[in-house]
Parts: sequence; C-alpha cells; structure tokens
Amino acid sequence: MAGLELLSDQGYRLDGRKATELRKVQARMGVFAQADGSAYMEQGNTKALAVVYGPHEVRGSRSKSLHDRAVINCQYSMATFSTAERKRRPHGDRKSSEMSLHLKQTFEAAVLTQLYPRSQIDIYVKILQSDGGNYSACVNAATLALVDAGIPMRDYVCACTAGFVEDTPLADLCHAEESGGGTTLSLALLPRSENIALVQMDARLHQDHLPALMEAAMEACKGLSKVLDSVVRQHLQEVSVQTRE
Amino acid sequence: MLKSKTFVKKTRSGSVLKIVREHYLRDDIWCGSEICSECKDESPVLQRDACIESNLCPFPHYLIPDTNVVLHQIDILEDPLIRNVIILQTVLQEVRHRSAPVYKRIKDAIHDKEKHFYTFTNEHHRDTFIEREQNESANDRNDRAIRVSAKWYTEHLSRSQSGAELRVVLLTNDRSNREKAEQIGVIAYRCEEYIKSLIGNPELVDRLALTSDDQNEISGSKLLFPEHLPLSKIQAGIKSGTFLQGSFRASTDNYLEATVFIHGEGDKTTEVLLQGLQNLNRAVHQDVVAVELFPKERWVAPSSVVLQDDQQNDEDTEEEEAEKKLKSPVLDTTMLKPTGRVVGIIKRNWRPFCGMLNQSQIKESTRHLFTPADRRIPRIRIETRQASSLVGQRIIVAIDGWPRNSRYPNGHFVRNLGGAGDKETETEVLLLEHDVPHQPFSQTVLSFLPKMPWSVTEEDLKVRADLRHLCVCSVDPPGCTDIDDALHCRELDNGNLEVGVHIADVSHFIRPGNALDQEAASRGTTVYLCGKRIDMVPELLSSNLCSLRSNVERLAFSCIWEMNHNAEIINTRFTKSVINSKASLTYAEAQMRIDDSSMNDDVTKSLRGLNMLAKILKARRIEKGALTLSSPEVRFHMDSETHDPIDLQTKELKDTNSMVEEFMLLANISVAQKIYEEFSECALLRKHPAPPPSNYDILIKAAKSKDLVIRTDSAKALADSLNEATLENFLYFNTLLRILATRCMMQAVYFCSGMDSDFHHYGLASPIYTHFTSPIRRYSDIIVHRLLAVAIHADSTYPDLMDKHKQSALCNNLNYRHKMAQYAQRASVAFHTQLFFKSKGILNEEGFILFVRKNAIIILIPKFGLEGTVFFENKDKPGPRLSFDSEGPTLTVEEQHTFHIFDKVKVTISLDASNIQHQKIRMALLEPVIPGVSVQLPEPEPEAKKQKLDR
Ligand SMILES: [Zn+2]
Repeated sequence: MAGLELLSDQGYRLDGRKATELRKVQARMGVFAQADGSAYMEQGNTKALAVVYGPHEVRGSRSKSLHDRAVINCQYSMATFSTAERKRRPHGDRKSSEMSLHLKQTFEAAVLTQLYPRSQIDIYVKILQSDGGNYSACVNAATLALVDAGIPMRDYVCACTAGFVEDTPLADLCHAEESGGGTTLSLALLPRSENIALVQMDARLHQDHLPALMEAAMEACKGLSKVLDSVVRQHLQEVSVQTRE
Repeated sequence: MLKSKTFVKKTRSGSVLKIVREHYLRDDIWCGSEICSECKDESPVLQRDACIESNLCPFPHYLIPDTNVVLHQIDILEDPLIRNVIILQTVLQEVRHRSAPVYKRIKDAIHDKEKHFYTFTNEHHRDTFIEREQNESANDRNDRAIRVSAKWYTEHLSRSQSGAELRVVLLTNDRSNREKAEQIGVIAYRCEEYIKSLIGNPELVDRLALTSDDQNEISGSKLLFPEHLPLSKIQAGIKSGTFLQGSFRASTDNYLEATVFIHGEGDKTTEVLLQGLQNLNRAVHQDVVAVELFPKERWVAPSSVVLQDDQQNDEDTEEEEAEKKLKSPVLDTTMLKPTGRVVGIIKRNWRPFCGMLNQSQIKESTRHLFTPADRRIPRIRIETRQASSLVGQRIIVAIDGWPRNSRYPNGHFVRNLGGAGDKETETEVLLLEHDVPHQPFSQTVLSFLPKMPWSVTEEDLKVRADLRHLCVCSVDPPGCTDIDDALHCRELDNGNLEVGVHIADVSHFIRPGNALDQEAASRGTTVYLCGKRIDMVPELLSSNLCSLRSNVERLAFSCIWEMNHNAEIINTRFTKSVINSKASLTYAEAQMRIDDSSMNDDVTKSLRGLNMLAKILKARRIEKGALTLSSPEVRFHMDSETHDPIDLQTKELKDTNSMVEEFMLLANISVAQKIYEEFSECALLRKHPAPPPSNYDILIKAAKSKDLVIRTDSAKALADSLNEATLENFLYFNTLLRILATRCMMQAVYFCSGMDSDFHHYGLASPIYTHFTSPIRRYSDIIVHRLLAVAIHADSTYPDLMDKHKQSALCNNLNYRHKMAQYAQRASVAFHTQLFFKSKGILNEEGFILFVRKNAIIILIPKFGLEGTVFFENKDKPGPRLSFDSEGPTLTVEEQHTFHIFDKVKVTISLDASNIQHQKIRMALLEPVIPGVSVQLPEPEPEAKKQKLDR
C-alpha cells in the first residue's frame, strides 16, 4: 500500500479540500513600479510573479516583427529555491522553453495583438515557489500583469489544472496530487466565451473520462476568474483612491 | 468555491527534505450522529439508540478505538455485535500505513451499512486539528489527537438536548493514554475490559487478540528464544553484508527445519538451511527474515527425517532430543548446504489459519493448542472457553505474537467453519488455504453490472457487425452455463469457407478500473471445484449476459477467417459483433449430428465443415511438433440431491472436443499475432518454456527399461518418439509414458511482451500464443480483448493497459491465481475421492507402477485416474529389507521381488482417517505376494481398529 490516499472515502483530499474546491488564491497587482505591468499570484503554495513590458518596438532583428499584429515574447523561469529540492535551473532548459512556448500560445489567443502591428509585448514570469499547477499560476499572474499594463484582451485568461482519482475529477491539483500518478489536465480558458486558449494533458486518459475532467477544469477556471475579477476591481479602487488624493 | 477563503491555513514540515504542504481546516465536517441538532448532516451514520448491554457503560454510547485497538482487535470490531463506532481519520491513516490487510478490513466494515461505522475527518476539522508540539513524538501527537477528538465528541454530543445521556467511550490499551484521557473527562477503557463487560456475549471474548502484557502472563518466564534485532540494526547488517534478507519457507515434513530463499542478483537465489527451534527463532512460513550465515564447518546436508510436532502438552520445554535426530553424519560434502540462523523478522506474513483444536488435557483449562491444516505453520496457543464445542470443528485462528519465552505463538479464535469432514466446511478450508477469493461479490462490485432487463440496443448495432443471421452454435461439456465461445462455418460464393469463432464480449460489460474490473483482476480466474464453481465475474454476466446461449442476442468479439478447403488461412478479420446462437450442444450431441447422415440442417453442415477443417489443422499442428500429452483426469458423477460423488469416471475425449479446441487454438494464435504486431511492448501473451534436458531423465530411463528410445532434443522428436513408443499387449503403456512426459513439462505462464524475449509455446509448437477465448473465466482474456479492441479501433485505451510494468505485475498475479486454482482443484478432487472411497469401503484394484522410490512405489489406478503410494516402511515395526537401484530405477524387497517401473500390481484401496485433518487414500500391496509385506485378500479388520486407538 504505497503512495498517498489522494481522496478519502469521505471525499476529502490530502489537504482537506473537497474534490471541486480550489486552493486559497491571493493576488496583488502593480508590484513593480519600473515595469509597464506586474502582478504577484499565490495559488495555495504555488507563487508566481509576472512582469509585462510593452507594447514597444521590436528589439533585435527586425525580421521578427509582424506587419499586422504584435509579437508576444514569453519567458518562463523557476527560482532555484522554488522546490523542496534546491537545484540550479539554467535558463532555456527544455522544460522552461516548452512552458514559455505554451504561455506564448495562450496569450496570442487572448491579447488583441492586431491593435499593435510591428510591435512587441514581453511577458516574464517566474515561479517563486512551486506546489503544483505552475502553468496555471503563471497564466493567471500574467493575465493580471497584462491588465495592469493596460493591454487590451478579449477576456481574462484563467488557467487551472484538474486531475482524476477513482472516477472523481479533482480541481486545482497540488504537487502531491500531480505526482500521484494520475493524469493532469491544464486548461487555459477565456471564461466569458468559454473559448479554450490552451489545453494540455501529459498522460493517457480513458476517453470516457475526458468530458468530466474538462468540465471540472472549466468550472475551476470560472471560479478563478471571479477571484481575478475581484482582485482587478479592488486594485482599481485603490488606484483611483490614490490618484484622487 | 469562494469557501476556500474562509479556511485557516497551516503548514507542516517533513524531515529531510523540507516539504511544505497546505492543510485546510474546515467547519463543515459533521459529527455523524442522529441525535445531533447542530450539524447539518443529511444522512447521519451513528444511530440514536446505540445500545449494547455492558456492565461498565450502562448508557448508550459510541466507541472510539485507538490505532492499536483497530490493528490488533479487528476481529472484534468486525463482529456484527459491535456497531456505532467512530473511526478517526488519524487512526485510519495510521492503520493504512502499518497494515494493508487490516486497513482493507476496517474499510469494508466502514462501508457496511449495518455496522454504523463513521469516519470522522478530525485532521481537517477546525476544532480537533492539533499541531505537533516541540519534543513530541509523532505517536504521542496522534494519541493526543485521538484524545482531543474524543473530548470534542463528548462535549459536542452533550450539547444536543435530545441525547443528554449519549456518551463516547475511548478504547485504548495504552495506560498513559487512558489516564490522560480520563483527566480531560473522556471515558476510556481497555479493549479487554470493555469486551468482557458486555453482557450475554461470552464468545466475543475468545476473539480478543492477546496484547503483549497478557502474553507475558501466559508463558513461563524462561526465555526460550534469542531476541530479534530491531529493524535499524537489521538494515545496517544487510547493508554491510553480515545478514541476508530472504523469505522463510518452513519444511512440510520436518517442523525443525526450514529454508530461507535469498534473492541474489538477476534470477539467482541462494538457499540457506535452518535447523532447530533456536535457529528458526520464531519465524513462521512466508515471513521475510534476516539470517546470519554460519561458518562453513557448520554447514550440513538437509536431513531426510520426517518429524511432526505432535507433543501433547503445551509445556515450554526444549526439544533437545528431537533436534538430535537432525544430526546425521554426512560423507558427501557436495550435499552440504549453507546454514544459518534467524536474527530478526523484517516482515511478518501472518494470515488467518485454518485448522483444528487439540483440547487441553486439563479439563478446566482455557488454553489450548491449535494445529493448522498447513503443516508448515507451527501450532498456535489460543485461549477459549468454548473448547468442548470446537473439538472436531474446522476453525480459523489468527496469530497475535510470539514472545521469547513461549514455545508456541499465541493467537486467538476467529471463526468456526463447521464440522471437519463436512463437505461445505472442507471446501471452505481448501479455498481459504489456497487463497482463492470466494466471498460473495460486494455491493460496490455489483453496482457496476448492467441494469436489467438488458438487451442489444440500436447503439450496439451501429458499431458492431450484425452476424445474427449466421448459423452460429456452441459446443461445450454437459451442464455448462458459462458459454464463452461459439462457432460457425459456411461456404462462400467463391468456394472458400468462412469460419468464425465468436467469443463473449466481456470487456464490453467490464470497464477498466471500476470496482468490478478490480475484483475480476484480483480473482484472476474462475475456480472449478467438484460440484462448485467460484466465479470470477458475478453470475449475471457469467451465466447470463455474457453466456452465448442459444436463441438470444448476445454481444461477441468475433475472429473470422476465410479459408480454403485445405484449411489454409486466406485472410483474418476481427470485429465486435452481435450474434444469435442457433444451438447450444454438448460434445456428444455435436458428434451425433456429424455422424448421423440423415441430418442435413445448417447447424449440422456447419459442424461437418468445422470438423473437416479441424482435422487438417490438427494434423498440421502435430506435424510441426505439438505435443499431445495425457494426464489422468477424473470426473465425478454427483448425486443430484446430496451432491455426494457416486461414481468416478475418467474423461473421455470425442472428436468434437478436439474440433472446438483446434479453433480456439487458432483464434488464440491469430489474436496473439495481431496484438503483438500492434503493441510490441505491452501485449499480454502466454508462453510455455522448453523444459531443461535433465527434466526428461526419468522419462528416458522409464522408456529404456522397456528397450525403447525417447528422443527429447526437440518437441517434434519427443512427439514422434512418443507416438512410436508402443508395446504389444500393453495398450496402456503409451498413456503411461505420456503421463510421465507431462510431469517433465514446465508451467505455462502469462507475460508481457515488453518484458521478455522468449515467446515460444513449447507444448503447442507455436512461436506466439495468448488467451482470447475464455474471457468469462480468465482475466487474461479480458486484457487481450481490450488490446485487440484498441488495435481494431473498437475501443479506447487507458494508461494501465499500455504500462508494461503494471501489466507485468498483473501477469504475476494471474500466474499465481492460476496456480492456486489448480492446487485447489486438485485438493477438491482428492477430497471427493476420499468421500467416494469412504462410501465404497475397501476396494481391490489393478494398477501400474508410475515411479519407484527409495522406500515406496507410486501406483496409478487407471480406472479411477488415482495415484497412491505403497510404503514399505512402517513406523511401528521394523521394515523389510529394501535395496534401491537408482539406475533402473528398481526396488528389491526382502530379496524376493524386484519392482520395476510400469509393473502391473494389485492393491487394496481404503480411506485412512486416522488423522482427521489429513485424511488420505491408503494403498496396500496385494499382488505380487511378498510374505510380511503384502496384505491378504480378506481385509485385515484389526488394522483398522488399531488405527482408531492410535488417534
Ligand atoms: Zn454534531
């Protein structure tokens, strides 16, 4: 009987949540003054920082620029101290490049890039502490940072993971649940239109189970979007109060 | 979702790696009691009137057992009398961590609605979660958590107006825990105390496991055994190489001897011989132990003495005398084996044991010795007040512990199975002893069955080939209700033949990963005993929805070939289908139709076509070197009312038997090729390794004694030489040879193609093979069906199916279950043979010598397919002079008669019931007559009487 019991018979997960409950979310916008936009995001113990520069002129070779829309440049990294085991994480390792690419694809789908032809938007995200759902924390943080930078988007992009244990879909997996052997589905959603910006699954799953899992992930994303929305509104209120003073 | 914000968050840290985990505390965890008005529990588990009469607790109460009580007294908790128990999450987690079997049992109890067991998730409850304090051990913290929860319950329940007198009672055997609980106002008792206080249930006391305190009281203070080293020292020792880790196998014949198998690198295993109680040091069969090797000077050869632990008293004496017998001078140094002693136990593998009670000679004594049915298990001391009613009964006993000062392990009574010799009881015993899961299917498992009434739907027809119009029929043994295969054959317009094998589509009903699937995977196979069948899948599937009965629509998985009249395959097609069998025939009925030239209906024509092709296929297979071996199989004619065996009959084979078999083989081979082609890494296949040449020695020697040569360099050579090996006026000789050849073979096994490179099936002379044709009764076939379904895009895949390691683990279980099922089957045949001979009295029969041993000959009675041993040595009197020649092999008795293999002899057969737990068929020599050795024809009555006295 190795391993952890991910879902007890009473319906509680390792950390005491029920199957559909999200982890505690905390977020702050505008954490850096120098950047055009920035945000800090906590989903449980996963903590991410996102910084946005731009839109600005395309740096480096001009050949990268597109005549009809903006280029989105994403860079993902993990802090050396972000996991229990401390290791050096060089920039540009396979995992980070893959993650950077995924983020780029996600935001190309959400940002109204055609408003800024021949320009570039940089999104830098760093995982400060990792406890599962790195991708989703990054997406959510970057969304807030983009909002902070005032870059128009179709909708919030909300991301969340979902997994499958004994016929029950679990929302917002923590690290222990992710490594528990099951399938993890990461979903980035534009909640109002229910358009999917990106969906990713890293292990096999029986086809019969996919709809239930997607449903769980969608619900989780929608839940998150409410939180993000309240964070944005609160931030705006604070800012407007400040400017009035 | 926003609810999560209201949670308080705490973190806890691990040891080496700093692992930070979130821990949410909740305010929506209910107490689960019917009387509670505060909680908003919709269906509370704990009853309002939790009444159980007790001297100590005259008020209604709920029980809260601590971890050790659950671990050790699970037999008590499982009793139907014990209800309304609160199992704390802390306790459940600790149990899960410490014992998988107990964890499963307590979970089953929790799921049982009658039991009213409630799991309280105290670790996530706002009021009952506690953090570990500085300098507090994990155990102490958990004990405290249990007390805090008990206190919470005490206060929580007292707040509800309606149930002011309902209390909770903490059961703990830890004295300090109990004192601390009482200090904070929680009622706490020791488990024994509480159980003994229950009024009117004396038998429950017997099921109490002894705790270590009690164990010391029972046995004398003298230490009989060396101590066991703690695990940390053992691990250090194993690392440094001073100790070796291995599995402990006790000897069946000698209670003072055991072997430890040590797995070295690769497949290499070393055997270490252990002799004497001190060196065995309380290890029990199948424990994982650490041993220390003795220096080479102390290495010995295994003694060939048969020693049974049959002392009548349970004194803790030392058996110096018996141990002396072990020491025999050894001249041949190559026979020496490494010896050693057990220094510690790494893992106990105790299970509940079946057996019988030896009532103590002291009339008033409540302590008795229990003799397990398995000779490798030591006798167990138990305490019971109902000894007189348990004598002559088969009972189950569990071991609680084996202290250093006790000659025998201590245990407790678990369950009475029924009278010894009783058919039901004995069947139960042999199922338990062979680890055959045979409990009725649980509600969870049954919940995954299709809802009745079931019928083929439009949806099914859309995705399946509609083969209802084909003239499909099934051919099976009489009385078969789980029909998993059906056949058809018809002529195509181009003159070729179309042959279809249709297999029940079990994987349509059993979906991967659900409880029904897990249960079937764990059972692995249906077990057929005499007059009883233990199904792998619930009866609704096995005998109804999956059974391809005639004149009903059934789902099938079909393998369809186009063949020419030479039985050469032109193409093969696999499809999920719907069929409607036109006839369910027995082998005899099918044979009759084929032979009866006046019958010319479609079914008969189909059968004739199949029969014709099967003969060609068989000839071709034999040409390639497939073996036709023989084993004496017996079948009982059962009395339809009493289910007693009334007659024995050896199996008879008809053409139609081999007809069906031939097409099953063909389907299996075709499917094996297909799934291996598609999934080279994770196809589930079956192989039959060629035996090592030395296995054939006995067969070659036996043939040589009749001046015949058996060539064994290839399966083909073996098959051919077996065919040629016949003797005039000794018709049965060839069958005897084939029986011997069967004994030389290896076991066929399932394996995962990604984990092995040798796929050859020796017996069938096929380069690849699998099992596809019996999914109702074999789980391997269900997996093969799933693989094939994925290969033809009829179904989707799932991760475990594609994981070669998981599949390999599954194969291991299937191989184990098949082996155990075979043993159980043999044991069942043996038991029914005994019943048969019990009713027949003493019989005189002719037989042939199958093996010649040093002190015995083994005889096969063809009439009954029965094998028995005639011993020439006797415990009580000096044996006859014997001289054994291993070259022949021959055995000369009293220098008068020499026995050769295959000699015809006459024996008397009777039932030896002198040992009620191990009844056996006894054979004695009638002819040839050897004075003083053979028995006389008029049966020796006195002998039988004498045996009774011996008992
Ligand atoms: Zn309550």
